Amino acid sequence: MRKTRSIGGHDRRPGFWVYGVLVAVILGSFFPIWWSFLIGSQDAAAINKNGMIFVPGGNFFANAATVIDSIPFWNALLNSIIVSSAVALSVVAFSTLAGYAFAKLKFRGREGLLVFVIATMAVPTQLGIVPLFIVMSRLGWTGSLWAVIAPGLVTAFGVFWMTQYLKDALPDELIEAVRMDGASMIRSFWHVGLPAARPAAAMLALFAFIGTWTNFFWPFIVLDPGNPTLPVALQQLQAAYYVDYSLVLSGVVLSIIPLIALFVVLGKQLVAGIMQGAVKG
Amino acid sequence: MTAATEVDARAIRRISFNHRLSHWDVKLSPYLYISPFFIVFALIGLFPLAYTAWVSLHDWNLIGGQGDFVGLENFQTVLAQPYFWISLRNTFSIFLLSAVPQVIAAIAIAAVLDFNLRGKTFWRMGVLLPYVVAPVAVALIFNDLFGDKYGVINQLLNTVGIESIRWHVDVIPSHFAIATMVNFRWTGYNALIFLAAMQAVPRDYYEAAIIDGAGRWRTFWSLTVPLMRPTIIFVIITSTIGGLQIFDEPRMFDQYGQGGASRQWQTLTLYIYELGWNQRNFGRASAVSWLLFLIIVLIAALNFYISRRISATSDKAIKVRPIKARGIS
Repeated sequence: MRKTRSIGGHDRRPGFWVYGVLVAVILGSFFPIWWSFLIGSQDAAAINKNGMIFVPGGNFFANAATVIDSIPFWNALLNSIIVSSAVALSVVAFSTLAGYAFAKLKFRGREGLLVFVIATMAVPTQLGIVPLFIVMSRLGWTGSLWAVIAPGLVTAFGVFWMTQYLKDALPDELIEAVRMDGASMIRSFWHVGLPAARPAAAMLALFAFIGTWTNFFWPFIVLDPGNPTLPVALQQLQAAYYVDYSLVLSGVVLSIIPLIALFVVLGKQLVAGIMQGAVKG
Repeated sequence: MTAATEVDARAIRRISFNHRLSHWDVKLSPYLYISPFFIVFALIGLFPLAYTAWVSLHDWNLIGGQGDFVGLENFQTVLAQPYFWISLRNTFSIFLLSAVPQVIAAIAIAAVLDFNLRGKTFWRMGVLLPYVVAPVAVALIFNDLFGDKYGVINQLLNTVGIESIRWHVDVIPSHFAIATMVNFRWTGYNALIFLAAMQAVPRDYYEAAIIDGAGRWRTFWSLTVPLMRPTIIFVIITSTIGGLQIFDEPRMFDQYGQGGASRQWQTLTLYIYELGWNQRNFGRASAVSWLLFLIIVLIAALNFYISRRISATSDKAIKVRPIKARGIS
């Protein structure tokens, strides 16, 4: 048997121009991040004097210290961690449960409800901010992290994602076997459904975490300046120091370090997640 | 004897009780498992959208709360505001400047990534890197790059003899700069989606194309792209829904956040924010929210309709798509 990939030139090692294009693309995605460090490590005088800057200056830590003094940085970092983790956890829990039901259990109205879930993925819920704000003020939640966590608790995408995954990943026979042994529905979910869902659940958690971490619009509206998440704190930094870009960009560097670190460790999983989702979605 | 029958009866009763319990367990559990999603989504997704319509029909102040019922007055007022139309124009302009080049670039990058590369993971990760940078951070970085006076981009333009562009003053340049921020963050992400679609093309289709004498370029256009169509539609629709609600980048494009002195880059969501939280007029903010909602639904439906039409016609042409088993009716 011949390898299926062998015809069509798809297995030949590509020429240099391909790598040339790729290097250009990678530089394009890396340069702005590098630039924020380049400027963030200068002092105000240097960036106003020189036209072009090619090497990092020695001022990063001094800038960072100023940033940390002038915006509630640690508070914002902690808030971002809390909010993103809470949302990731809840999205995964509810999506796995619902996905398991949609993929593996039989019940009246299943098809219709699943179509409804898929349709809601296209609903721009962000446009409900005015009532959401009214509700949050009535509850007295404005300014608290609950106001940011609550709207993120479930996503239609998560339910769809887990449904698609569990359809293939979990054989019906396995559930039947556990049921025959007398396990209740929730026990069979716990012992068979959950373990099978783990890889997809981990990816979903990752995406929910990043999505919440980078979210700005709603936290900006509902949180107090004194108790922000990182993106909201960055906005304050810009408002305070718009003339001194070395300070602003050192704050940017501080704020993107956590997710860049996460990316270095889990970037491979992110790539796999996007590519899997694309084929199934 | 009597004792034994009593035990039996009790056992039977217990069994039937267990049986009934497990019957309800089977019946109700699925609904129990899906209910958290539906309950929370109803509370935080559907209810606010419906309630937006209610608020839009009232005088409603951020501080003072609900006022008189005013019918469609908020809509009339808003539609008579020049800023509404400017925002609408800006929203579409920024959306087109980001969506079109982004989809094209993403497909091109995906095609390059589809080669049999050394170090696949490295290239794929490199392309995805911008995705983990928050839009607010992206905006601050590009604000500096697009600086009107000392920005790198203008300096580069100057060295090749082009005069500085007033990115933060003129309409189209500001849209271009904001679209660049969006593209920076999402092109790689979409490229990976397209790459997955390309790799899902069965390799023996390529074999057949080669035997038919098609070159690489022709194969790409007549085989790969048509087979990727569902994915392309998916990306276009999701980027439409997201792109028309763009807020972060234009909000951060200057320190005032109002979309420029003459609202050169004010988008509709930015306008909603201004109406609701600066002018404290929740009624009008809701009216604009509803209008934007309708626009998005309309455009998404239009997208869907057009792409269905296109795919219907070209399906007849290529006839290679595996057809799902379906009853004849």
